[in-house]
Amino acid sequence: MKVPLSWLREYVEIELPVRELAHRLTMAGIEVSGIETIGGWEECYVGHVLEVRQHPHADRLTVCTVDIGAETLQVVCGAPNVAAGQRICFARTGARLFNVHSGRHEVLKAARIRGVVSRGMICSERELGIGEDHTGIVVLDADAPVGTPLNEYMGDVILDVEATTNRPDCLSVLGIAREVAALTGASVKEPDITYPEEGDPIGDSVAVEVLDPDLCPRYTASLVSGIRMGPSPRWMQDRLIRAGQRPINNVVDVTNYVMLEYGQPLHAFDYDAVGEQKIVVRRARENERLMTLDGVERHLTPDMLVIADAHDAIGLAGVMGGANSEMGDLTKTVLLESANFNSINNRRTAQSLRLRTEASLRFEKGLRPELAEIALKRATRLVLEVAGGTVARGIADAYPERERHVRPSAILTEGRLRQVLGTPVAMERAQGILGSLGFELQREGSGSVRAFIPYWRSDIEIEDDLVEEVARIVGYDNLPTEMLSTPIPHHTPQPLTEFRERVREMLAACGLQEVITYPLTSLESLRKAGVLDEGMRPLRMSNPLSPELEYMRTSLRASMLRTVAANLRHQEGPVRLFEVGRVYVPTEEALPEERETAIVALAGPRFPVSWATPGGKGDFYDAKGVVETLLGELRLQGSFDAAPEPGFHPGKAARIVVGDTAVGVVGEVHPLALEVFDLEDTPVVVLELDLEGLHRALPAKGPAIEPMARFPSAVRDLSILVDRGVPASRVLELILRHRLVSRATLFDVYEGDRLPSGQRSLAFHLHFQSPKRTLTADEITRAMKSIVDMLRKQVGASLRQ
Amino acid sequence: MTPEELSQAIAETRDNALRELASLASPEALERWRTTYLGRSSGITSLLRKVSSLPVEARPEVGRLGNQARSLLEERLSQREEEVKGGVLSALGEAGRIDVTLPGRPLMIGRLHPITRTLREICQSFVTMGFQVVEGPEVEWDRYNFELLNIPKGHAARDMWSTLWVDYEDEQGEHPMLLRTHTSPMQIRVMENARPPVRVVVPGRCYRYEATDATHEWHFYQVEGLAVDEGITFAHLKGTLYEFARRIFGVERRVRFRCDYFPFVEPGVEMAIDCFECQGKGCHVCRDTGWIEILGAGMVHPRVLENVGYDPRKYTGFAFGLGVERVAMLKYGIDDIRHFYANDLRFLRQF
Repeated sequence: MKVPLSWLREYVEIELPVRELAHRLTMAGIEVSGIETIGGWEECYVGHVLEVRQHPHADRLTVCTVDIGAETLQVVCGAPNVAAGQRICFARTGARLFNVHSGRHEVLKAARIRGVVSRGMICSERELGIGEDHTGIVVLDADAPVGTPLNEYMGDVILDVEATTNRPDCLSVLGIAREVAALTGASVKEPDITYPEEGDPIGDSVAVEVLDPDLCPRYTASLVSGIRMGPSPRWMQDRLIRAGQRPINNVVDVTNYVMLEYGQPLHAFDYDAVGEQKIVVRRARENERLMTLDGVERHLTPDMLVIADAHDAIGLAGVMGGANSEMGDLTKTVLLESANFNSINNRRTAQSLRLRTEASLRFEKGLRPELAEIALKRATRLVLEVAGGTVARGIADAYPERERHVRPSAILTEGRLRQVLGTPVAMERAQGILGSLGFELQREGSGSVRAFIPYWRSDIEIEDDLVEEVARIVGYDNLPTEMLSTPIPHHTPQPLTEFRERVREMLAACGLQEVITYPLTSLESLRKAGVLDEGMRPLRMSNPLSPELEYMRTSLRASMLRTVAANLRHQEGPVRLFEVGRVYVPTEEALPEERETAIVALAGPRFPVSWATPGGKGDFYDAKGVVETLLGELRLQGSFDAAPEPGFHPGKAARIVVGDTAVGVVGEVHPLALEVFDLEDTPVVVLELDLEGLHRALPAKGPAIEPMARFPSAVRDLSILVDRGVPASRVLELILRHRLVSRATLFDVYEGDRLPSGQRSLAFHLHFQSPKRTLTADEITRAMKSIVDMLRKQVGASLRQ
Repeated sequence: MTPEELSQAIAETRDNALRELASLASPEALERWRTTYLGRSSGITSLLRKVSSLPVEARPEVGRLGNQARSLLEERLSQREEEVKGGVLSALGEAGRIDVTLPGRPLMIGRLHPITRTLREICQSFVTMGFQVVEGPEVEWDRYNFELLNIPKGHAARDMWSTLWVDYEDEQGEHPMLLRTHTSPMQIRVMENARPPVRVVVPGRCYRYEATDATHEWHFYQVEGLAVDEGITFAHLKGTLYEFARRIFGVERRVRFRCDYFPFVEPGVEMAIDCFECQGKGCHVCRDTGWIEILGAGMVHPRVLENVGYDPRKYTGFAFGLGVERVAMLKYGIDDIRHFYANDLRFLRQF
C-alpha cells in the first residue's frame, strides 16, 4: 500500500527522518519496501494570477501577471484554462522542470516569447511530474497560500508499505499511524466521525435484511439525500492519487478514501436504483447473473454472497458493486454500505471469479465487525462535506451476533514473556507497549494483565500474539542472543540417506558430474524414453505449470537424456553425468512411493580430446565399469544378465543382479529413443540403479578386512578358444573355482579371420597363490593343466596354440 | 732387472698410462686401459710382482715407488671415469630431450552439483550444533503442508504459497494431495513421531505454482529447522541462526532480526545479514538496503504444538526455513537462479 507521509501526518506527529521511520516500521514487521519523493521543485511557488491579457502577437498565448508574494512577475502562458484570480504553480527562472518539448529536465531561463518578456512559467501536471496532463495548467485550491514554496505546499514522500497477510489494518493510513505512534511514543489523532442527522429516520427509507449471517456477520448502512454529484475536492483527489487510486466522483472517492483511511471497504449505491428500497444480503441464486461495475457479466453460484434489492443482485458482496446501482451524475440520494463479510467465503468468490479487488484483498484477510460502523460514520460525514445533502437519522445495522459478541481479549503474564523471550520483561513495560498499540488493559493479579484487543486488530487471539507485540516494539535486535544449551537428542540412524550420499560421492569419484533435473515431466517424454510401464499412471498435476511439467517422473532417464542432448550441443569433450534423485511411484489411496534412484549417462568421446589420449567413443563397457567399481567398493558381487530392456538397444543392455534381486540396468539407449531426444549421431550409454534395492542387498555387517597375502603369487597366462556363445563371465567363474587361483584378469579378447568361425579367444593372467606357503613350479603347472581340462569339459574350450 | 731398471720401468709405464688416459673418452676405452695398466698380470701390477726378485735392501724403495704409481693410476682412472660419465649423460640430455610444455594427460574429475554442496554445507553447520538431518516426502497432504501448520483451508495466508495440486480426489471429493510448498510439513511429521527434545534439520525439494525468473524457481530446495524442548527461547533462536550465518557467510557477518509473519510461528522472524558485497553501504546485491534477507523463522506456534500433542505451556521451540538456491547464489555470486537446473556443464564445472 502506498502511504503519503502528508496524509499520515494528519493522524500522528512524525519527528523522525523518513528513512529512520521506514527502518523502524520495517523492523516492527511493517515492511517499507520503497520511499518515493514527490517534489524537488526548487524556485517554484504558489502564485496568484492577478491579470490575464491577450498576447499582442499570438492568438493562442496570453500574458499574465502573477503575484508570488515577494514580487510580481510577467509571464507568457499558452494554457487555455488560465484565468485571473487563480492560485497556480509558478516556476521562476532557474527552476528545473520537465520540458515537454525536449523530453528532458531543463533549467528554466528568462525568455522573450514573440516579443514579450516572460520571467517564468505557470506549470502543468506533466511539467511538475505529478501527472500526465498537459492540456492546461494545474489550478490550486483558492485558499492556497500565495508565495509558499511549492515543495512545502505540495511536496510529499510516499512510503510503499508491504503489510503481511495477517495485518489488514496496515492496509490503511490510520493503521500505519497507530504503528508509528506505538514506535515513537506519539499519540494518534482520530478522524472526526460526527455529523448532523437532519433527515427522517433511516428505517423509513430503507430496510436491511441479512439472510445469511454466517457470511455477513454485520451490515451497516446510512442514507444521504439531496447530494450534488461532481468531482471531489483537490485535497481528496491528491491523496487518492498519491495512494494509487484514481478519483472518480465525490461520493465514490469518499468510499475509497475511507477504505484507505480505515481499511474498511465501503460501497455507495444509487438509492433510487434499489428496488423497493430494500437491501437483502443473501447467497446468489442458481444461475444468477450480475453485471459488475467493470462491465463484465458474472455468472454466480449459490456459494457466493450478493447484496440484492427486493428482486435482483445489485452488488457482489465485498468484491465489487453492480452496474445496475452505480452512482451517476444525476444520483440524488446515496445509500452507503459498510459491512463485514466472511473472509474465507469472500476469498473463494474473488478467486473463482478471478476478481481480486482492493475490497476483497481486505475482506479476505478478516476484519472486525466493530470497524464497519466506525467507517460508515466517517464516510457519511465526508459525503456531507464534499457532496452536501441531508443525512437520515440513525444507521441501518443488521448485526445478529451483537448480543453474543464478547469483547475479544487475551491474558498476558510475566511468566510467559520470560518463557518465550528468554529474558524478563517488566510488566509495566509490556503494559506501556500494549497501551500504545491501543489495547485496553485490566490487571488480573500480579504479573498478569488482560488486554482487550482494539477493533482494528484482527490478528491477535492468544497470549503469544501479545508476546510478539511486546517483542516487536521493544525490537528483536534488543532482545538477548544465546546458543542452545538444552540437551541434544539421541541420534536416530538414517541408513538409506547415508547410503545415498555415499553413492553420490562414489559416482563423483568415478569422474562423473552431478546434475539435478526437474522431477516434473510430460507423459510423452516418459514414453519416448521408454520408461512408461504398461498400466502405470504417473501422478498428474491438476494445475500444471505447462504441458512439459504435468507428471511426476517415474524414471530419471528422460530428463537425463534431455540434459545430455543439451550439453552435446556445445560440448566437444566427454559428457559424463549422473543424478541421484527420487522417482514417484503412484500407490492406491496414499501418497506415492518416493524411491531413491541413480542414473549415469555417458556420451561423446571416452577421454577428453588431447594429443596424449586415445580417441574413441564411450560404450557399454565404460558404463559397466562404473557399476563394477561401485559394486566393488560396496563389496557386492553383481551379475549381468543380457536381457531386452525397454528403451535400450536390444543387443547392448544387461540387467544388473545382486544376490537374486535386480538392482538396475546398464546399456546403450535404443536408437529410436536417441532420435526423439535429438541424439541420433551419438550413442549414449546409461546406467540406472535402484538405490533402495541396492541398499537392501548390502550385508548387515560390513565385510571383514582381508589379511594381505604373506606368500608371493605366481602369474601364468592362459589363452583359450571357446564358442562365441559362451559368456566370458562363465569362463571366469570356472577359472576362479580353482582353489589356487586368487585372481584372474581377462586381458585380451580376439575374434577374427585367424580363428575358426564362431569361436573367439580369451586370454587371462592367472594369479596362483596359497595362504600357507610359496607354490612350487610343479604345483602351478599341474593347476594350469587341471584348469584347461575343466574348461574343456565344461565349455568346450581348447588351448589356443 | 736392477733396482734402477725396475724403477725406471715403473716410472715409464706410469707416465705412458697417464698420457694415454687423458685422451680416452668412452667407458669401453677406459675399461681397456684399466686392463692394460692395472690388470692382474699387466702394467704396474706385473712390474710390482718383480720387486720380490730384487735384493732385500732395495725392495722397500722400489715397492713404494710401484705402489704409489698404482694408487695414482687408480685415482686418475676414477677421476677420468667421472668425467666420461658426465659427458655421456650430457649427451643423453641432448638426444632424449622432451617438450615439457606439451599439456599433460587430462584426468576426468567428477563434481557434486553446487546445490548438493550448499545443502551439505548448510546441514553440516547445524549438525555441529546438535541437529540431526532427516528427510520427508515431497508429495504431501494438505493437512501436513497447511492445516496442521495453522493455515486452515481458505485462509488468506495460503496466498503466500502458490500450490501445485495433484490430480487426486478423495471420497469427499476434495483434492488433498499436493507438492509440498515448503519443508515445514516435516515439523509435524517429526513431532508426531518423537517426544521432546527435538532438534532436526530437513533438507529437501519444494515446489510452487510460480513463473520462473532470475530470482524465482517453481522448483527449489529448502532447509527446515526445528528445535523443541522445555526452556527453548527466542534468545536461542537468535543465537542458533546467528551462528549459522557466521559459519556460512563468514565470522565477521552481522545479522538483523525483524518481525515477520508465518502462520505456524509466533513471534515470527525474518533474519537478514549485512551485505558482504558493500559492507552495508548499499549496492545491487542488497538492493541498496545494506541487508540481505536470508531466512524466515519464529517460535513454534502453540497451536502447532497442540496439533502434535505437545503441551505448549511446557514446551517451546523455534523453527526456521531457508532457501538453498539463495544461499548458493550469494555465496558464489550467481545472478540467475535458472542456471542451477539448466545443468550446463560450462556452469557446473566452475564449482
